[in-house]
Amino acid sequence: MPAGEHEHGARGFNLDHTELVLSANVDPYFRGLVNVAYADDETSVEEAWFQTLGLGRGVTLKGGRFLSGVGYQNEQHPHAWDFADNNLMYGVLFGENLRQDGLQLKWLVPAQSFVELGVEVARGQAFPGSAAGGDRNGAGTWAAFAHVGDDIGSSHGWRAGLSWVQARPRDRAGVVEDLNDVEAATAFSGRSRTWIADFVWKWAPEGNSRERSFKFQAEYFRRSESGELACADNSASGGACGDVRDAYRARQSGWYAQAVYGFAPRWRTGLRFDRLDAGSVDLGANAGFLPASAFRPGRTSLMLDYSPSEFSRFRLQLARDKSMQGSPDNRVTLQYIHSLGSHGAHRF
Amino acid sequence: MTRPTTLLWLALLALLARPVQAALNVLACEPEWGALVTELAGDQARLTVATTARQDPHHIEARPSLIARAGTADLVVCAGAELEAGWLPLLQRESGNGRIQSGQPGYFEAAQHARVLERAAVADRALGDLHLAGNPHLHLDPRNLLRVSEPLAQRLAELDPANAARYRDRQRDFAARMGAAITRWEQRAAPLKGLPVVVQHKSWSYLVDWLGLKVVADLEPKPGIDPSAAWLGQVLETLKAQPARLVLRTAYQSPRASEWIAARAGLRAVELPYTVGGSAAAKDLFGLFDDTLARLLEAAK
Ligand SMILES: [Zn+2]
Repeated sequence: MPAGEHEHGARGFNLDHTELVLSANVDPYFRGLVNVAYADDETSVEEAWFQTLGLGRGVTLKGGRFLSGVGYQNEQHPHAWDFADNNLMYGVLFGENLRQDGLQLKWLVPAQSFVELGVEVARGQAFPGSAAGGDRNGAGTWAAFAHVGDDIGSSHGWRAGLSWVQARPRDRAGVVEDLNDVEAATAFSGRSRTWIADFVWKWAPEGNSRERSFKFQAEYFRRSESGELACADNSASGGACGDVRDAYRARQSGWYAQAVYGFAPRWRTGLRFDRLDAGSVDLGANAGFLPASAFRPGRTSLMLDYSPSEFSRFRLQLARDKSMQGSPDNRVTLQYIHSLGSHGAHRF
Repeated sequence: MTRPTTLLWLALLALLARPVQAALNVLACEPEWGALVTELAGDQARLTVATTARQDPHHIEARPSLIARAGTADLVVCAGAELEAGWLPLLQRESGNGRIQSGQPGYFEAAQHARVLERAAVADRALGDLHLAGNPHLHLDPRNLLRVSEPLAQRLAELDPANAARYRDRQRDFAARMGAAITRWEQRAAPLKGLPVVVQHKSWSYLVDWLGLKVVADLEPKPGIDPSAAWLGQVLETLKAQPARLVLRTAYQSPRASEWIAARAGLRAVELPYTVGGSAAAKDLFGLFDDTLARLLEAAK
């Protein structure tokens, strides 16, 4: 498990990972940030970027390795999540977050309400792209997003957005169980396109969240992929695949919706629903070897957390998980989050 | 591809919705600095205040609306001394507005021009959410408002030279009225000298210092940490040895802890406006101190 990836945690005690973040204004014109994650024996650079401060006219340029501005949760680090694990949607779309090695241009439209437009070009070496797809001149991934938002009175704030990600994976590796129930290695080359719609609404009496607060957050995606899928020969181990490469077309969708209620100072409880829809899959000639699953993974999670201060939090989470076919799972997670050092930022 | 066109249309619509502008767009972080801008600029400035008296200025989120206001601001006026450390840097960054970055003329920090108390010698979170750069609740000593008003008027003039004379005149007028009011308040508050009080957070340090009150205990075990039952028990013990008369809280704090201690230690719990808008009478900076003193004198009777 690479550092920073948040797959299903191991049973028992487990130091998931530790992040070290350094950020500072380099000068009046630039700000830089480096985030390194440590997980047991692995170290990975989660982020390393610069951002302009002084271009003016609402324009900012970011370059390096950064979290994409698409969707809502994508720019949040795991310690800022309202649940102990990632939602299924981001898991299936990006693993954890869409992390870009490239450039982001953002424009805050000078207006009374919040209107922000952004485009990103990136190498696209990570899912939904692939290492080989990123190894080219030009961009492997393109992304664009628009966010709007405002307050309603002093008690309500909201933000909504629409985002688009296009990647060009080449020989993107995957593993599936073929029709003989034997593991088969697949490789996809083609085009991957994703739409994401996001919405967040927050409430606190007169904007003071100390006593009570409420947050609703939901995102929806549609992804279509078309190209060629190859299934490597696994007949030696009794598999059905025999090195066939043929047209592949798939459409998936999914959503999550979550609500978190701060019912007393320092205490919050939350409920999250996750649903994915395998949608339609056209496997071409590979239909003879690979299953076209109509499975609809889902999960319901309930959490309770307590924050002794702004810098520490304990969390208990119960989940009824139907994300694996045929094996519903009940999961209990106890989590402890701690941040040291200078004051973190209060994102919306 | 039609998508970028759609985005462009959205942007154009938003631009059309942009209102006619006064000379300066000012974003004040807290109501007290908004009120000072109003004193100095009147309707020469189009003012937005990021927080209200009902909100804890330490704990504000960088809401989309605030990012939008920061984007069009010519000047941002804040307390500074890290009071806004959790949200202002995000507003500055996300706004893409070069004029309001730290060090630029469009960013004004009151703490840099005031007499700042309680500068911390050590940076240790075990001591709570300390204000390392000193206590930023500095407007509650009105002499600090006088100190800040002059450089703030200069800054306004620098950014809007066409109206420089007006800012200077308004500052002189404000300083004269505030100076006279301070003399009046100090006379009125003479009986409060040495009054033993309990505070909740170091929000009151400047008021205490100015009026010569005596802080016996703090309901926060450490700055920024909410009162716990165990700590309140300790405070109760302290109060047995060193009795106090009043327990002070702001409009944005829960009354729970101060009412609890007041009922057990025989004190009076007083909610003070803390900033402009914190009570019906605290309509401006003068009303803020009139009402604060009226409430203190009434409670101390
Ligand atoms: Zn404070």
